[in-house]
Amino acid sequence: MGIRFVLLVNKQGQTRLAQYYAEHLTLDERRALEGEIVRKCLARTDQQCSFVEHRNYKIVYRRYASLFFLVGVDNDENELAILEFIHLFVETMDRHFGNVCELDIMFHLEKAHFMLEEMVMNGCIVETSKSNILMPIQLMDKAS
Amino acid sequence: MEQLKTIGRELAIGSHGGWGQSKEFLDLVKSIGEARSKAEEDRIILREVESLRRRIAEPDVPRRKMKEYIIRLVYAEMLGHDASFGYIHAVKMTHDDALPLKRTGYLAVTLFLSEDHDLIILIVNTIQKDLRSDNYLVVCAALAAVCKLINEETIPAVLPQVVELLTHPKEAVRKKAVMALHRFYQRSPASVSHLVSNFRKRLCDNDPGVMGATLCPLFDLICADVNSYKDLVISFVGILKQVAERRLPKTYDYHQMAAPFIQIKLLKILALLGNGDKQASGHMYNVLGDIFRKCEQSSNIGNAVLYESICCVSSIHPNAKLLEAAAEATSKFLKSDSHNLKYMGVDALGRLIRINPDIAEEHQLAVIDCLEDPDDTLKRKTFELLYKMTKSTNVEVIVGRMIEYMINISDNHYKTEIASRCVELAEQFAPTNEWFIQTMNKVFEHAGDLVNVRVAHNLMRLIAEGFGEDDEGAESQLRSSAVDSYLRILGEPKLPSLFLQVICWVLGEYGTADGKYPSAYIIGKLCDVTEALLCDDTVKAYAISAILKICAFEIAEGRKVEMLPECQSLIDELSTSHSTDLQQRAYELQALLCLESRAVESVMPLDASCEDIEIDKNLTFLKDFVQQSIENGATPYIPESERSGMSNVSNFKSQYQHEASSHMLRFEAYELPRPSPAHVIPQVSVPTPIADLFPVPETTCNSETSQASKLPSVAGASSAAHGIKLHLDGVQRRWGRPTYSSSSGPSSTTSTEKTTNGVTHIDGVGSQSRDKLNESRRQQPEVSAEKQKLAASLFGGSAGKTEKKATSTQRAPKGNTRNAERPGAARSRSPETSKEKAAPSVPDLLDLGEPNPTSTTIVDPFKQLEGLVGPTPMPSPLDNSVKTSGFETPDLMAAAYTDLPPSGSSSGSLSSTTRDMYSVDKTSNTATSVPSIKKGPFPQDSLRKDARARQVGVTPTGNNPNLFKDLLG
Repeated sequence: MGIRFVLLVNKQGQTRLAQYYAEHLTLDERRALEGEIVRKCLARTDQQCSFVEHRNYKIVYRRYASLFFLVGVDNDENELAILEFIHLFVETMDRHFGNVCELDIMFHLEKAHFMLEEMVMNGCIVETSKSNILMPIQLMDKAS
Repeated sequence: MEQLKTIGRELAIGSHGGWGQSKEFLDLVKSIGEARSKAEEDRIILREVESLRRRIAEPDVPRRKMKEYIIRLVYAEMLGHDASFGYIHAVKMTHDDALPLKRTGYLAVTLFLSEDHDLIILIVNTIQKDLRSDNYLVVCAALAAVCKLINEETIPAVLPQVVELLTHPKEAVRKKAVMALHRFYQRSPASVSHLVSNFRKRLCDNDPGVMGATLCPLFDLICADVNSYKDLVISFVGILKQVAERRLPKTYDYHQMAAPFIQIKLLKILALLGNGDKQASGHMYNVLGDIFRKCEQSSNIGNAVLYESICCVSSIHPNAKLLEAAAEATSKFLKSDSHNLKYMGVDALGRLIRINPDIAEEHQLAVIDCLEDPDDTLKRKTFELLYKMTKSTNVEVIVGRMIEYMINISDNHYKTEIASRCVELAEQFAPTNEWFIQTMNKVFEHAGDLVNVRVAHNLMRLIAEGFGEDDEGAESQLRSSAVDSYLRILGEPKLPSLFLQVICWVLGEYGTADGKYPSAYIIGKLCDVTEALLCDDTVKAYAISAILKICAFEIAEGRKVEMLPECQSLIDELSTSHSTDLQQRAYELQALLCLESRAVESVMPLDASCEDIEIDKNLTFLKDFVQQSIENGATPYIPESERSGMSNVSNFKSQYQHEASSHMLRFEAYELPRPSPAHVIPQVSVPTPIADLFPVPETTCNSETSQASKLPSVAGASSAAHGIKLHLDGVQRRWGRPTYSSSSGPSSTTSTEKTTNGVTHIDGVGSQSRDKLNESRRQQPEVSAEKQKLAASLFGGSAGKTEKKATSTQRAPKGNTRNAERPGAARSRSPETSKEKAAPSVPDLLDLGEPNPTSTTIVDPFKQLEGLVGPTPMPSPLDNSVKTSGFETPDLMAAAYTDLPPSGSSSGSLSSTTRDMYSVDKTSNTATSVPSIKKGPFPQDSLRKDARARQVGVTPTGNNPNLFKDLLG
């Protein structure tokens, strides 16, 4: 288990996508956790590390326009690789949506989830080829 | 204008209509997007939940509508509102025949339900059915759900099918089946223990995606049992070599690195396999060397791979050449301007110094910079590094720094961690006992509630036993300095309970020992402690016992104890306390006050806390008394067994055995060790057997015999209950003298003298470093010199850490000789370092205003890929049009799948064919739909209003970052 959760949050701290891998959290736990880490990460400046220690794990985050991508990882995870994983996720969405923006993710929440589902299983990165990630989604689109 | 808006809106809806999204949904998303506060968002969602609750239960909701409802439920839950009323509908949706609906159903279910939710059982059947589906995408969706929903109990229901799918012709299915099996292994290793060989097989899968995924379960398996996988070293090395040589399909490239994520996973696995295994490591040297040579250092991903290589090199059997390369890469990280790379560098350095502590020297200034960086993350990482390199020569500076930092943070999790590290380092490397006490005081004062109770007991023991067999003078000096410091600290508000306990105990034992403070003063202070707001019963017990001790010492000295009014009221209060323990103590104090001095002296001997108490379990000292009583006609003691009519036994051993075999209930514990067969004089009627049958733990005996030792022993018993046993002997050896080697003594003093830079030694060593630090902050121009001195005090004699890390001892003399010249060396190095800093370095990661630096310098990677697929380069507007392409053929899913080419052996050709089809599809649609529709001209005023705020045009390729804005404006 490397990745504990993937969280997309905008500048106002509003959740745009949330996927947990480590355990199923109750609504209250999720609310508390998200509030806590969003406060922590949003308070940081651009010059500071993209990594934050939180409780017994780390959060690797990256900002794209007004959207923050936060990934909670175990302590032995390679932070730089996770940072690039975020970027790969964004690039993949960008390839699918074309100039992806916050609104794209909001309108197509399930698609963003499907892409993540292809990329991460059981908290591990399993697929990093963009065409492999997008193929099932594109086939599904065509079929519907 | 109004009309235009309406047209725009309709167009927007029309364009999304093919996706099954209604105006309602668009409005919902829009209003969520526009919500300016959590409260507003909550209101919107609550309203939404209410309407959904009503509408989702209506009969005959169209399937597409239902899908939308489900996604709206996902929204509600994502934003923190309960949508459990709709779970059942999500479950139902998994039965749907249409793939998008089915997959949405599965997605919602995995998001909603925990794996032990009651509804899961309804889904298992569906999953089983879907795993048998002819449509491989359905199988994939089911496998993804398996990974999230199947718990230990339901594993057997799907396990055979999952195993079968491991050899499915479609690589996507095989990949997901591997991961499902991985999930089962995570959940219940026993359930798949007979199937782990499948992972080995999949490692050799033709498809790189399946192979890459298989690395995840293999990593876990190897973590659990390295030795069973040593045979795979050659395979892993071979795969890594091929990956690094770009033998994988181009689609796995990322920013011109060949399959970096697979490389990283492989490096992690090799690090495990090569750890402490010279032979296995030998196979890896070549490929690791290649990676170091080839690795791109200008991109983040290149550095990620480099970092992983450093980790691997520092884990496997050391190789001089590779270590050199790793050290070089580490130093590049440390010299970088990017905080992220510095962070990785500090971490890498922490790994490398375990093998070669000398590496740290070169980077002392960089490390100091990181330590003083305002970024908490970097600072903590640096503390972790310092923690790893602490030794007796630099412990004062490092622990001083740690405490200073600890005081200023509010994060309890980290505070606990750093406090326990301080304690650990102080116990291990403390140069003097006095320093130890002062350090402990600081830790207690600021994190007392967070440290282990054992630490308090060790501190009390140290003060009580002091230098042990050393001279008395130093011992009493230590105690009075402790008393002084505690009386001072007592003025502080809100001291943690554990610390107050220590203070009370020390004041009770030694408060009046040196005659500096009158007893009334100490008693008054102790009474103050009990009056504090947050004073708990334990502290009160410590305080009243301390008062008792002081009174006892006074009486024993023949002085009259004047009862202070606040003390009297304390006694009154405690004698009516709900706690019987407190009552007992209060009554004991009252009783003691009435005794004469000789009696008091024997009840409560002065400074008896560290006397060894020998327990006479046979109570032989009563022998004379018993004998006398018998002579005077008293009836001899009849053992309990005889009294209860048991057969007469001559010795207790056989009696004990008999008892064990009889069917009487036994009340004593079985496991208590019996020192030796009881050797009791049968004639004597002393209650020995009882004492023998119920061996009393020594601590209880302690408290019976000596009040002075009562408190620590009671506490000791309680800590034993926590599984931590106080070691009653050899504690001294953990601190100070014995570990403080005399050879390193001089070197440490020289270094601290240098750091103080003329500041006189007044306040003891602990404060010196702080003085120096404060000074360094005040004197900005001299910062670099100060830093060098700090560096010298941190890094001086870096190789001397023989106590903690089992590193080569032969380096110690070398390190010591280097000590003297180190500050000079550091100084001479500084210009070079600053030069390095000026050099161009890694681009800022978070600078999003600019196009991504990596993609500006190189060709956009996926543009390249698209070029490979079809001859026509596809500008992004074409991508947009795809969205609209769907709605013309809403029910053609089955047709689409039959259209697919048969699954060929070569996945590459297949994927390219499908992509070709896809691109044809795209181009054919371009004519019919206007690309600009995609971003949806929602001309609603409000959306435009905060368009700037939500201008989320994520464009890593930087083609048209303002597309979103343009369309709206």
